[in-house]
Amino acid sequence: MSQTNSHTADDVRFVSKTDYLKTLTTLRSEGFEMCADLTAVDYLTHPGRTISPEVATQISLERFELVVNLLSLSQRRRVRLRVQLLESDPSIDSAFDLYPGTEAMEREVYDMFGIAFTGHPDLTRILMPEDWVGFPLRKDYSQGSIPVQFKGAAS
Amino acid sequence: MTTTENLNKSNAAEIISAGTSEGGQELQLRADMSHKAVLRESGAVLRMSESQVASLADTQSEDQTMIINMGPQHPSTHGVLRLMLELKGETVLRCKPVIGYLHTGMEKTGESLTFMQGGTNVTRMDYASPLNNELVFSMATEKLLGIDQDIPERAVWIRMMLSELNRISSHLLFMATNGMDIGAVSMMLYGFREREEVLRFFQKVTGLRMNHNFIRPGGVAADLPAGWRDEVLGLLDALPQRLAEYEILMTGQPIWRERLQGVGVITRDEAIALSATGPILRSTGLAWDLRRDMPYLRYSEVEFDVIVGSYGDAFDRYSIRLNEIRESMRIVRQILDRMPQGDYRIQDKKVTPPPRGRIDESMEALIHHFKIFTEGFKVPEGEAYVAIESPRGEIGCYIASDGSATPYRMHVRAPSFVNIQTMPLMMHGGLIADAVAVISSVDPVLGEVDR
Repeated sequence: MSQTNSHTADDVRFVSKTDYLKTLTTLRSEGFEMCADLTAVDYLTHPGRTISPEVATQISLERFELVVNLLSLSQRRRVRLRVQLLESDPSIDSAFDLYPGTEAMEREVYDMFGIAFTGHPDLTRILMPEDWVGFPLRKDYSQGSIPVQFKGAAS
Repeated sequence: MTTTENLNKSNAAEIISAGTSEGGQELQLRADMSHKAVLRESGAVLRMSESQVASLADTQSEDQTMIINMGPQHPSTHGVLRLMLELKGETVLRCKPVIGYLHTGMEKTGESLTFMQGGTNVTRMDYASPLNNELVFSMATEKLLGIDQDIPERAVWIRMMLSELNRISSHLLFMATNGMDIGAVSMMLYGFREREEVLRFFQKVTGLRMNHNFIRPGGVAADLPAGWRDEVLGLLDALPQRLAEYEILMTGQPIWRERLQGVGVITRDEAIALSATGPILRSTGLAWDLRRDMPYLRYSEVEFDVIVGSYGDAFDRYSIRLNEIRESMRIVRQILDRMPQGDYRIQDKKVTPPPRGRIDESMEALIHHFKIFTEGFKVPEGEAYVAIESPRGEIGCYIASDGSATPYRMHVRAPSFVNIQTMPLMMHGGLIADAVAVISSVDPVLGEVDR
């Protein structure tokens, strides 16, 4: 399912979780040699998001969305994949075998969103300490703050 | 019971859960790892044939190895990069970067800052090239606003000039730190001295040496100050002679060449597979530069060469950066000739606050000014990815907007974060002294790695 975002003129494609690796394999053979970026968005508080009406009828929108930016050096072209991931099962196949450069990026997404990548060689936290509880970039993870104390004020 | 004891008791559980152990992120002992995992950490990230795996298997049966930590407080790890190295004698067998010591959740912070304030956040990521960070963030915001084609010409050319001068200052910093890492200590002084000249110009223009928040959605914050042209010309006239000194001090020196040539070699396929960009990718002979291959701003209208290496080693990466300074100077000279007159920011009332003078006369202007700086401006729903060529490679910004004044999600594709993945591969089989040269030649900025 593809959609050219008329607003931003990017080549955006919606891929189902089961077709994810198959699509990556096809795109790689079509000349997308590099995975430039891999990240995720937690659409907990904004479930609508921007999607053209015809695409919206064909896929069900889920809480997590994996966003993969592929780059073709030979054709000077980019394509962006958006994969919907269930809140109850935030997991997807790892792209490591196809694009080894996704290793750190997948670890970061795991660290920040708790999305598990099956087949990833070393799925540990990368930026947060090993024993950290919670996934900071999820929308239900509060930003946290230090209470401000005022001199002489009743606490 | 004293208060301290009370505190200790209640905090005990918290302290245990909020401890900072790195555990599984660290380099594991060979005995605890699968064969495949050991191969991966030796740098064999690419898919290998059976025979290649068999040939590497011989190097696995060692027992006289030692795991040591390099960093996070090591002076040549460019900040707080921690490398765990498995050594056999002085040879590096495996290497694993452990990062996150500078993580401050900047992407999370970005979600609570308006698009107007966002620049102050992203500019602190890659603190050696802040203007490029601001540029990519502004371009992504403008793409969502649909005003990316309407930015006034003068703003575009100012952005280009600052971006190139920033490339010069960033590469000069590389010259300094690279020199220091390899042992050419005087080079550190020279590199910082020249970089300071560029920063002094930035200070005249933006008010700050670093973390400028000068390039903003809609244009730039202010027009160039009087006399800017002479300042830039002064820089451009002074630099070539200094660069020639660098050539004498480093490029031609047998010691310098011995230390860098053939060290940290990476092939083109490996660099592409590991998503490496910038000087690392170009050192393998692939001329990939977003300024030329996917032009943004007005790079299609200026002449410059993309510098490539041929061996993919640390010396190539050094020479590429040195010559990119020259190419950037060439671009800046063309910009000086072509700098147009006109507005320095878009006259779209939605994005740009009214001029200072109008605030005293017009109530509407005052309200408008107040609204823009307190609430910010709303950006239409959508998502966009924009990538530009920073001194370290492709820096990208992915913004998802829900139609409010703050980004719903702001992600920065940091070139250093991706590029440090090449270190285990480049260090494998080299000496520990060369590990320093490899770190230096990747030129990571840890603020951007950890964000």
